Amino acid sequence: MPHLSTYVALADHSEQTLAESLRAVAEGHARQADVFHTCHTLAGWSDQHRQDLAPVVERYGEQEDVDEPERLRADALTNTREGEIGLLRDLQDLHLLATLVHSTWTVIAQGAQGLRDHQLLDVATSSRQETTRQLTWLTTRMKQAAPQALIVAS
Amino acid sequence: MRKRMFIGGWGYWDRMSTNSTTSDRVAKVFGEETPHPRGTVWPARVDQYLDEGLDEQDVDRWVQSACLLCSNGCGADIAVKDGRMVGIRGRAGDTVSHGRLGPKGLYGSTPWAASPDRLTRPLIREDGRLVETDWDTAMGRIVEVSKRLLAEKGPLSHGFYTSGQLFLEEYYTLAVIGKAGLGTPHMDGNTRLCTATSAAAFKESFGADGQPGSYTDIEHCDAIFLYGHNMPETQTVLWTRILDRTRGEDPPRIVCVDPRRTAVAEEATRTGGVHLAPRVGTNLALMNGLVRELFIHGWIANDWVAEHTVGIEGLRDIVDPYTPEHVADICGIDADDLRSAARIFGESDNVLSTVLQGFYQSHQATASSVAVHNLHLLRGMIGRPGAGVLQMNGQPTAQNNRECGADGDLPGFRNWDNLDHVRQLADAWNVDVMTIPHWAPPTHAMQIMSYAETGSIGFLWISATNPAVSMPESARIRKILAGDQCFTVVQDLFLTETAELADVVLPAAGWGEKTGCFTNVNRVVHLSEQAVEPPGEARSDLDIFLMYADAMGFTDRDGAPVVPWRTPEEAFDAWAAVTAGRPVDYTGLSYAKLRGPSGIPWPVNAEHPDGTDRLYTDGVFPTGTDYCETYGHDLITGGTVSEQEHRAMASAGRAFLKGAPYTPAHETPSDEYPLLFTTGRTVYQFHTRTKTGRARSLDQAAPDAWVELSPADAGPLGIDEGDWVRVESPRGAIQVRARIGRVMQGAVFAPFHYGHWDPDDLADADHRTANELTMTVWDPVSKQPTFKTAACRVTRLRAGDGPAPAPTNTASAPASGANDAAAAVPVTGGGSATSSRVLTETPRYALDPSQVGSSHVESSREDH
Repeated sequence: MPHLSTYVALADHSEQTLAESLRAVAEGHARQADVFHTCHTLAGWSDQHRQDLAPVVERYGEQEDVDEPERLRADALTNTREGEIGLLRDLQDLHLLATLVHSTWTVIAQGAQGLRDHQLLDVATSSRQETTRQLTWLTTRMKQAAPQALIVAS
Repeated sequence: MRKRMFIGGWGYWDRMSTNSTTSDRVAKVFGEETPHPRGTVWPARVDQYLDEGLDEQDVDRWVQSACLLCSNGCGADIAVKDGRMVGIRGRAGDTVSHGRLGPKGLYGSTPWAASPDRLTRPLIREDGRLVETDWDTAMGRIVEVSKRLLAEKGPLSHGFYTSGQLFLEEYYTLAVIGKAGLGTPHMDGNTRLCTATSAAAFKESFGADGQPGSYTDIEHCDAIFLYGHNMPETQTVLWTRILDRTRGEDPPRIVCVDPRRTAVAEEATRTGGVHLAPRVGTNLALMNGLVRELFIHGWIANDWVAEHTVGIEGLRDIVDPYTPEHVADICGIDADDLRSAARIFGESDNVLSTVLQGFYQSHQATASSVAVHNLHLLRGMIGRPGAGVLQMNGQPTAQNNRECGADGDLPGFRNWDNLDHVRQLADAWNVDVMTIPHWAPPTHAMQIMSYAETGSIGFLWISATNPAVSMPESARIRKILAGDQCFTVVQDLFLTETAELADVVLPAAGWGEKTGCFTNVNRVVHLSEQAVEPPGEARSDLDIFLMYADAMGFTDRDGAPVVPWRTPEEAFDAWAAVTAGRPVDYTGLSYAKLRGPSGIPWPVNAEHPDGTDRLYTDGVFPTGTDYCETYGHDLITGGTVSEQEHRAMASAGRAFLKGAPYTPAHETPSDEYPLLFTTGRTVYQFHTRTKTGRARSLDQAAPDAWVELSPADAGPLGIDEGDWVRVESPRGAIQVRARIGRVMQGAVFAPFHYGHWDPDDLADADHRTANELTMTVWDPVSKQPTFKTAACRVTRLRAGDGPAPAPTNTASAPASGANDAAAAVPVTGGGSATSSRVLTETPRYALDPSQVGSSHVESSREDH
């Protein structure tokens, strides 16, 4: 199972990246009260997923001798953009990061089933469900912001 | 049981009544009690107010209407003399009020109309000042800006912010202008601030808006739970109806959820119920605790739940951690009090629940209100007399705003995410389906203001509401309205704090000066006829909207006007036609039918020609995927459920049990701001006092703003009754006098009614708007702003010259015995004389279960 640990580490890292990016968007678009509060809430979910995963990370350990695939990790969103169209684009970036998290949990759940690792399967399943809710909110908010941002905003 | 047909006419009731009594209804808010046994009809009592020096013989004529000064919707007749409105009288045959009126309705309904500061001509801004002009010039300016922006930026440059106090004909006309004429999703009402959560909670649980219960449930229940609902302050006549049961034979027990020691709390103690005073912002933890108790004790109607609901397992998991001790910890209540309240719910056969701003305007509003539905659904307590839910409204016509789509929703409780529903409207209006904005959720009020702030909305039309005082974070709202980035039209009765900031001000006719219908909390539709002419050049809101539509030349696919109607009655008929086949079915209603003795609750159609007292009597809910008003939302994030996801749940007529975990409020006390700031109402004022502030009896009872502090908090701060204090949050401050009152320790309560306008040109009125302190934040599902949870600090400024200007016979009463000064606070009173007579023969109310057919109340659906 050389690469399962790689993917467990990827899940941990991509949740961290998503949480950091959500917080960056929250602060960058703090004037949009719902964006500010919801992004902080969703970042808290990602923190929790990492906490839930922590015992598994410990169990599998860091596998120093395994080569990670190239370009494994995505970078966090650190600088947010300005205005309504900037918000829209930032939400798209969050959506991309959340999609990476989602598919990572899908992949890990497959591995966990193969290994009959109940603890990991539970973490992957419950975390993926919440990632789906994160994605749903991002889509909802993008749909709400899009017409105004695309057609009217200067 | 007496069964006498209503035969109309005042003379009949005159003979059938006791002698008239005179009372000061400022001092005696609820009037004479008429206690009666369980299961019997609420007796009728006719309340009346006439201007001083007038008696009934002086009245030229009485004109049919209903009261517009709270959401209760009491049927009333307007007294007219010499072309002026001079008083009001309750309608004995009306199902809502059985003849009663509250202090606001009695004293506040008519004096404003003849006030010398009425707007009588349009105003336009010239060189920074508002100057009088004629209608052609004012409307010309509006149309010029509107057409220019449409050409430059399209319809999304236009926003509309309306009211909870217009008539349904006006809302529907505005909705058609917005959706079929312009094609903008930016339309909302101030109902977003008062009742959006009621609608959202209904949609999440039952699939569509629509009040399940009826006021007649009061006569048949074993217990009444009031959640964040200080009914004696907000709907006095409904509270009178409850008092007539709690003071009668076989009374219901009252359970009160409120951080203040209100009259409801006292009645809870008196009836052997419970007062739960959760920390502000912790409602959902409390509700999850109550729901968990039902599971733990098996107080579940298992067969009914299996047949009529979906989601019980998910709900059980969500509430599982909320043990009484855990809840007690979060909420600051006694764990045994929670157990006792749950036991009352669990062991009663019939419970009535009512919900209002303590839930709607607080943290996790929709989730907490949905939890009330969960309790009822788990017990199978819905759809029969005594077992009901009343998600209340704050304003008299809020329901119509929701029905007609002036809150951004699609008319007739249609689903914006369902293309078939959109097509039905496109066909009715004969416009292209793409004209109707349905590609995203409607834009809620706070988002409209946000777009207006950046100029993305460059044209904002505000009708019959005063956001400069009533919206959160007032300083921000004033800046948005005053700025050059957005052209603002305000249409109102007076030059309100909002109108002062407008580019064009239009003088509107008010209640009694125009004709239209409106619908109260429990779906009762009333017709309100024009009694007098509006002053000067003031016009009805309907006529103003029609004038704009005509000038803009909005046309349908065949080039005909998109708004073809000219009169209120034509508008009503057009509205009724688009409700066909929807839950909110008006097709059986007409002006002629509404001219009877009583208002009529919808649905009214071929199946229910006399209307419908309560919904869901068969346990079938409007949740079918093709029929529902929404596919639902994530209660924590507000993310929308998709059509496919909804279909997969196969709800098909079953109600949803939905839950969410408690999360802490957005702003909690800190070292810098150690107290919780919460806002609310007093019985003597309505909204921003536009009408009640101009009624002498009411205004002198609550003439200026105040804050309430608990004795425990006031003591260490050196604050005594009547001292001037400064209350400050991270967003702003007010300077008002302090009442050492009945608010819970750690919380500060301020009434939200007071802006800088004052009928007596009171000095120092510039620092009293409670919303200076509130936050720009809203519920993720209902988008209702949170007015109840902010952090603040209080400092003493100086001694006052007497007690605080807060009423003493309501929830703002002084704390008992806590302060020597309390004894010196004079008792509120001084209202003009009103008359009242209890009828010895109670009229017959068409749908009242105490009178219709058998008064037998079904036994409960216990099968646990």
